[in-house]
Amino acid sequence: MTSFSQQATALDDSSQQYNFAYLDEQTKRMIRRAILKGVAIPGYQVPFGGREMPMPYGWGTGGIMLSASILGQDDVLKVIDQGADDTTNAVSIRHFFSKVCDIATTEKTEQASVIQTRHRIPEQALSNNQILVFQVPIPEPLRFIEPRETETKKMHALEEYGSMQVKLYEDIVKYGYIATSYAYPVTVHGRYLMDPSPIPKFDNPKLHQSEALMIFGAGREKRIYCIPPYTDVHSLDFDDHPFSIQQWDEPCSLCGSHDTFLDEVLIDDQGQRMFICSDTDYCQKQQAAQLGAEHDSVS
Amino acid sequence: MTQLAKQLEEPRANAANQAEPALLQAQNLSMLYAPGKGFEDVNLSLYPGEVLAIVGESGSGKTTLLKTLSGRLAPQTGSISFQSDSNTAELYKISEAERRSLIRQHFGIVHQHPLDGLRPRVSAGGNIGERLMENGWRNYAEIRLQALTWLKAVEIDQSRIDDMPLTFSGGMQQRLQIARNLVTHPRLVFMDEPTGGLDVSVQARLLDLIRNLVTELQLAVVIVTHDLAVARLLAHRIMVMKQGQVVESGLTDRVLDDPSHPYTQLLVSSVLQQ
Ligand SMILES: Nc1ncnc2c1ncn2[C@@H]1O[C@H](COP(=O)(O)OP(=O)(O)O)[C@@H](O)[C@H]1O
Ligand SMILES: [Mg+2]
Ligand SMILES: [Zn+2]
Repeated sequence: MTSFSQQATALDDSSQQYNFAYLDEQTKRMIRRAILKGVAIPGYQVPFGGREMPMPYGWGTGGIMLSASILGQDDVLKVIDQGADDTTNAVSIRHFFSKVCDIATTEKTEQASVIQTRHRIPEQALSNNQILVFQVPIPEPLRFIEPRETETKKMHALEEYGSMQVKLYEDIVKYGYIATSYAYPVTVHGRYLMDPSPIPKFDNPKLHQSEALMIFGAGREKRIYCIPPYTDVHSLDFDDHPFSIQQWDEPCSLCGSHDTFLDEVLIDDQGQRMFICSDTDYCQKQQAAQLGAEHDSVS
Repeated sequence: MTQLAKQLEEPRANAANQAEPALLQAQNLSMLYAPGKGFEDVNLSLYPGEVLAIVGESGSGKTTLLKTLSGRLAPQTGSISFQSDSNTAELYKISEAERRSLIRQHFGIVHQHPLDGLRPRVSAGGNIGERLMENGWRNYAEIRLQALTWLKAVEIDQSRIDDMPLTFSGGMQQRLQIARNLVTHPRLVFMDEPTGGLDVSVQARLLDLIRNLVTELQLAVVIVTHDLAVARLLAHRIMVMKQGQVVESGLTDRVLDDPSHPYTQLLVSSVLQQ
């Protein structure tokens, strides 16, 4: 099987034969209609007729279809995977879009108009002229308790979300606290229960009243859901076990930030570890700012 | 148990208080899958605190009727009204959302097979607490306290609160299912052969427990059983079904001691012969 980047490179030679952003205009319109419906019903999963993309599910086909449908000639695209712009998946997707639409790409959060992401929301606050596109593996938050699609649909329609609360109850029984730390369930606009995709719960507060439009695409299950700008997003919890985000005892070893999501990395084969920002762009910016500050104080 | 009643809710009026309006009223109710399969032209009234047993041999339509009475199977004809507080709801005229919410708040439904009414991979405490959470409870400590209280009420060791129902015996599972249903203080509980697949000694203990709970909590109950002894022990009134028809109904003692329909006579005598 050829790799994703090989396929993207192969597209290179024949890119004239592809429509801008790979998908045909008909499909893009259909997906944009689904997005508009999702915006109109915040948190509701809208089914859409996805197309086959030239890459397997699990590579982020849901997110790629959404990005392909909303990108225009003037957009600037940023792609992150686990917070980093330089992982294989992120590089391949960026490469794919620069091939099939010839648009500008960036690693700088503030310069991007569209950011496709897996696993993270950038640390830097987004603005209302940006759109965040999430790649979603499993869109249905109730799937674990109810495998039948007809039944979960009914549960959403009737707002029967007690079973999700039971899941958090069971967490406390087992661990003494709510141990769910990724894909932490939320309700959107006081109505629909939503899986925010596998972002860490650290990022949940960024969903609340976000200035940027957030759109979520699941390729395999062909579902789109959205959080429009300035929408209330509430993380489920108990009064006596309130929602809280991950915390670290130490700051980022590279930039010294105390308020970012940190990854633990091995730095030698003696098992030495350090904690660094998972958002590489943000970390570099903090480091540059410190250098600048030192420079200023010297001069 | 007397303690429990005080702790859990205000005592209501005496059992089967017919001075109050009927809790549940069914008129000309029919639901037939095929001729003789289901039930036909059923009329009944159930008063607060009253226990009604539906008896009849296997296939006579008891489960189908119970499903319809409890809001889970729309009848082909007829209507059911439920009186809650000062409101009357027509069970199959209101929307599905309203009906499911009414069921959640006011009905208990005890299935014959306990695992049909339990979440097998959720702890006993979580099973009891689910209804509370569905009704908006958001305090972990309070939910847990209720779970402990109800485990005790159904005679399950409180130390089992975090264990999975799959590790429980059949009798314990059934008692857990009852606790899960009673925790929100429903006014009306539907039970389908609750002592069904259990050993005789386990059955006796469960029946005793059900009888005590029903008296203490002043529950109205519709219980389906093919066992006349169960009906005799628990029910104020009995309805006898044969091939989807109600052939006889009345006060338990009257029906069992002086059955008027030949089919009831047959049922009673076959019990006596055992
Ligand atoms: N879903 C169904 N579809 C078709 N026939 C059914 C269905 N459910 C029950 N029946 C039939 O209706 C009759 C009454 O069934 P049921 O109410 O389960 O009886 P009981 O509980 O008294 O044993 C039986 O003949 C049964 O086979
Ligand atoms: Mg039955
Ligand atoms: Zn950093």
